Amino acid sequence: MELDRIEILLEKYFDGATSIAEEKELQDYFSGDVAQHHEKYKPLFGYFVKEREQQFEQNIPLQTKKRKVVAWLSVAASVVVLVGVGTFAYFNQTQSQDLGTYDSPEEAFKETQKALALLSDHVNTGVESVQYIQEYETAKDRVFVDHHN
Amino acid sequence: MNQNEFMQLVSPFKSKIFRVAKRLLVSTEEAEDATQEVLVKLWTKNEVLSVYTSVEALAMTMTKNYCLDQLKSKRAGNLRIVHTNFTDREAPLQKQVEDTDTMSWVEKVINQLPEQQRLIVQMRDIEQYEFEEIAKILEMNETAIRVALSRARKTIREFMIKTHSYGIG
Repeated sequence: MELDRIEILLEKYFDGATSIAEEKELQDYFSGDVAQHHEKYKPLFGYFVKEREQQFEQNIPLQTKKRKVVAWLSVAASVVVLVGVGTFAYFNQTQSQDLGTYDSPEEAFKETQKALALLSDHVNTGVESVQYIQEYETAKDRVFVDHHN
Repeated sequence: MNQNEFMQLVSPFKSKIFRVAKRLLVSTEEAEDATQEVLVKLWTKNEVLSVYTSVEALAMTMTKNYCLDQLKSKRAGNLRIVHTNFTDREAPLQKQVEDTDTMSWVEKVINQLPEQQRLIVQMRDIEQYEFEEIAKILEMNETAIRVALSRARKTIREFMIKTHSYGIG
């Protein structure tokens, strides 16, 4: 290649005025033996060629299919949990509705009376124990006589 | 579009995304993360991709925006990383490839350029995009791109002349 042409191309190159084809010409020239005063630019063009060889080899984590599976799994899991909680609540409800109801009114009346009697009995025991306290009160009044009256 | 079709669509330019991301973020690991991030984002746009005339240009714009955001948040968080201290996974391999030290000097000087100039050098000199495409990706006009590119190349040239005369090159 003519040295004059290289000279012109280099000047154009540094002015940012070369075309891609002209730049390829320069790169071809600098990949071989060059004139001594061009030696200094050799690493520059060599570096460009070397850099172009770097490749990206890693996998790209697109993962959309996995994400869809995970989404469906979570939907399935929540349905299972809902059904579980629902049936549990349902059976609990039916159990608590069994209050020991009587069918005939007479029997119910008797049982109610019995229950109320039991209740009043317990209330009376409570009142009896309060009467003891009244006893203490009268005894105290006998010992500590109020002189101000 | 299913996954296989998508992978076929992105396979011609996924390495370009990685290289552009690496130019801005410098660390290989971060660039890999950025590439995955951008491609996953692109995949979520799956349904509307047919609207775009060039999916590659769209992907490159997304990469640029993502990486600049990353850098911004890093700076905002006062976590600016001194890139030269990075222990890079690929470093030993690169050293084997290099016959001299000068190529890593070139890398250093390019990575010291302002972000926009770095992007333009990457897209033009390494990825060999036409100015029209770069203008579309960076959302700039072609003249501004030529000016920035010329400035960047001249900075590199100055550096190459200096190191050469010091006998490093």
